[in-house]
Amino acid sequence: VSELFHALAAPARRHILDALTQRDGQTLFELCTRLAAHQDDALSRQAVSQHLDVLERCGLVTTRREGRYKFHYLDTTPLRTIVDRWPIDTGKDDPS
Amino acid sequence: MRIHVTSVQVDDQVKALSFYTDVLGFVKKNDVPIGGEDRWLTVVAPDDLDGTELLLEPDRYPGFAELKAALTADGIPATSFAVDDIEAETKRLLDLGVVFTQLPVEQGPVSTAVFDDTCGNLIQILQLSS
Repeated sequence: VSELFHALAAPARRHILDALTQRDGQTLFELCTRLAAHQDDALSRQAVSQHLDVLERCGLVTTRREGRYKFHYLDTTPLRTIVDRWPIDTGKDDPS
Repeated sequence: MRIHVTSVQVDDQVKALSFYTDVLGFVKKNDVPIGGEDRWLTVVAPDDLDGTELLLEPDRYPGFAELKAALTADGIPATSFAVDDIEAETKRLLDLGVVFTQLPVEQGPVSTAVFDDTCGNLIQILQLSS
């Protein structure tokens, strides 16, 4: 779990996940293009690539080789470990 | 100094000429034998016949293979062409069977898309919003 929280702690990596929710299955180049449009601090291609490695290691991003191209996909399955540990729907009445 | 010619490295000049003219719509400008099967083969935009030429250069130099494979895997285009209407151009190329690795994405003042030139390169098209 600590690897997951570490991955989510960096704003740049959260932006990458945001970009993948806009369109799933992107090349490194497309991700850089989308991040460049929304980031205040521009990230180099190498930096994005390294962030993707971190996200891939904790399972939030998977890559698939399709022909000669490599695409990145979002996988939110690891987030389930958070709500499994601290359930968010306990049946209690909504306090509001 | 002017930029007179720029190049893409293609795996087959015959196939490349067909793709860059029949599919993309450029026109052949120069076609000169330079030894063996190789040609000095350039194309230009149909509405800018005296503009910058694109050289369709044979890619047999060994270093090109590794570079092209790496760029293509990461979706990085070899070069970029300007279009007036990126949505229309993308649809036209898709209808012709062109493979896109990136459909149009708006990034501030420009929209870009990336497709495969069938000769080992990715090509970006770019529209500047008015």
